[in-house]
Amino acid sequence: MTRVLGIDLGTTNSALAVADDEHAAQAHDIAQVVGPGEVAARPTLPSFLLLPTEHEVPAAQLQLPWSGKLRYAVGTFARERGAELPHRLVASAKSWLCNSAIDRTAQVLPFRGAQRELEAAMADGERVSPVNASARYLAHLRAAWDDEHEDEPADEQDVLVTVPASFDPVARELTVVAAREAGFANVTLLEEPQAAFYAYLAARGEKWRDDLKPGDVVLVCDVGGGTTDFSLIEVADDGGALALERIAVGDHILLGGDNMDLALAALVGKQLADAGKTLDALQQRALVHACRRAKETLLADDAPASAPIAILARGSKLIGGTIKAEVTRADAETMLVDGFLPKVGADARAEKRRAGGLREMGLPYAHDPAITRHLAEFLGRFGRMPTAVLFNGGVMKSSRLRERIVELLRTWAGREVAVLQGADLDLAVALGAAHYGRVRRGKGVRIRGGTARAYYIGIESAMPAIPGFAPPVKALCVAPQGLEEGQSVALPDDELGLIVGETATFRFFASASRKADAAGALIDADAAGVVELDPVEKLVEAEGERKAGELVPVRLEAHVTEVGTLELWCVARDGHGRWKLEYSVRERE
Amino acid sequence: MRGSFHPWLAFVCFFKILFGRQVPAEIAELLPETAKPKALPAAKPEITKPEAKPEPKPDPVRAAKQSATQHQRDGALALLALLQREGRLVDFARDSVDGASDADIGAAAREVHRGCRKVLDQHVTLEPVMPGEDDAKVTVPKGFDPAEIRLIGEAKGEPPFVGTLRHHGWRAVDTKLPTLAEGVDRAVIAPAEVEV
Repeated sequence: MTRVLGIDLGTTNSALAVADDEHAAQAHDIAQVVGPGEVAARPTLPSFLLLPTEHEVPAAQLQLPWSGKLRYAVGTFARERGAELPHRLVASAKSWLCNSAIDRTAQVLPFRGAQRELEAAMADGERVSPVNASARYLAHLRAAWDDEHEDEPADEQDVLVTVPASFDPVARELTVVAAREAGFANVTLLEEPQAAFYAYLAARGEKWRDDLKPGDVVLVCDVGGGTTDFSLIEVADDGGALALERIAVGDHILLGGDNMDLALAALVGKQLADAGKTLDALQQRALVHACRRAKETLLADDAPASAPIAILARGSKLIGGTIKAEVTRADAETMLVDGFLPKVGADARAEKRRAGGLREMGLPYAHDPAITRHLAEFLGRFGRMPTAVLFNGGVMKSSRLRERIVELLRTWAGREVAVLQGADLDLAVALGAAHYGRVRRGKGVRIRGGTARAYYIGIESAMPAIPGFAPPVKALCVAPQGLEEGQSVALPDDELGLIVGETATFRFFASASRKADAAGALIDADAAGVVELDPVEKLVEAEGERKAGELVPVRLEAHVTEVGTLELWCVARDGHGRWKLEYSVRERE
Repeated sequence: MRGSFHPWLAFVCFFKILFGRQVPAEIAELLPETAKPKALPAAKPEITKPEAKPEPKPDPVRAAKQSATQHQRDGALALLALLQREGRLVDFARDSVDGASDADIGAAAREVHRGCRKVLDQHVTLEPVMPGEDDAKVTVPKGFDPAEIRLIGEAKGEPPFVGTLRHHGWRAVDTKLPTLAEGVDRAVIAPAEVEV
């Protein structure tokens, strides 16, 4: 019997769940290196990759029961030891996977950026691409599973891998490439907020029909360690039965619980500095950990008035060297609840970073730390107020933070907003992915949605050249919103051509808000809500009857694969040839 | 390559010493007859049988004994390493408390407690041998195991005995112990740290 493996390939933690026709989704512990030469199973696999030299970590300490000596580690030990070897540590590979400022197939991680002094330190170490780092997490999950289930190899099961709803077609494609590199020949992608909703459906059984009624709109509010992701799911009446449709997804926001921990650590660090106490790099990290615990304590129900922070001395002498501080509940409220979830109006908009002339390349962290402003902007863009909210992500374990979001949603909507009780917030996405695998086999309700964005190809307008002005670009809709897996759409004929022997490059755009555009619609590329993605390109080789320089008139076709990726095809109008447009993953200027 | 791993036999033995009573069946098989416990815990710990057989030597019994001793030592040291890494327990116990203020000791102890508690929570499920509040009146039943319940004072006649619960005891009902890779020197409880 083929089973379903649900994989949450997270920014900071990955998880695995399993289901089959008889059994509901269950989380599956993941064996990993947890200490030097120690292997144990843990509920999650921290998404960290450590690439040390033999001087830094001997290979014997990294071996796994199913491997020989390894030169790298992923998981708990990678994260812990990596804190002492930041120049060898790959973190947040997933955020790099959707960062078009770099070539995502090039070996750029651990990221050096503008830190020239790291160049020598990193010269002898291995570096990997964001795709390869993701592949290693997936390969680890696969090997850990195979080691325990010899008769049921992972690549012979139905494998679901979750991606942020905001992932563009390139990042989705690269996730599939990473899965293939990891030895998963066939995977299916699923959006994380949908997975969280499936986990809720699985946990509630048939009772969800009592929670929701036609016309309800559920906000899935997913705040993880490093990212924030919003989606809206609408409940509709489908001939007497309840149907679910994902109607909107938000942007990829690099903002999460880690930012809160750092903010609190900065506050305590300043207190300590004022008292003349200095912390070294490792104590600084211990401080961030201590602040995370303080955050969890102070923002929970029945929180104490303050939480102590203690940082042990680094040397072998402990007593007398402990650095002490305290965070009060009031501090946590001001800094975290009011700082990250300020009370704002429904018309609030997130502040955008002003484009500086020169900026260090790196992850595009959100400029505005106010999650509620991002939320107001998201809801405002789609003009819908939720009637219910489903929380996901470790940060949302805090009752104070949940309360603040619910309070604001009620104020904005001017009515009650229900809170849906889902599964374990750390494991929901993996559990939901496994449950979705069962749904695909006909066991349960499916969320309809299709593609969350409409996609456009840039076409330069034919107009007289004006010095100093680039010709305006029109955007031709090639894939409307809501294309379901397996669906194709052919464009009405347009005068498009590929030149044989030359790489044809098309600018590529997306819009999450333009629901009405049908395939073939021609709009201004600078219209509101349209964002530019990486270009798509194709080189048609000169062969057979096709001579270099010849223009081949083509028609465009868009196809959403069963895997969940978007493919664009050029079909020769004379019927002789079809070419798939490739996403360019090269560095963008 | 599985052969380069061994189950944490000695770690389990160490826990036996730390937490009291019983050793799982798989481990009991490896112990001398006299050391075998009578009863076994209800929950089966996740321990697999060791696959690595000692290489044939003139005296296989002696070689097995040596290997078991080695594993026992490695496991005990690995536990210390874990408590040191997470809770700085070795530093704490080795440090001198003479002349230190209670506040200083308390400040360090808070973190040592948190770390050691984490190690316990992560690796062993504990429950009282005899549930009940301290100083509660309890009855020691007929046929009780003296290894589980230690009588203090003079017991007259045959059980059941009525007495006062002084300590409810601890039993490790489940253990989730890391597997240890071979080729790692477990005598290094904490490596020297040099910032370069």
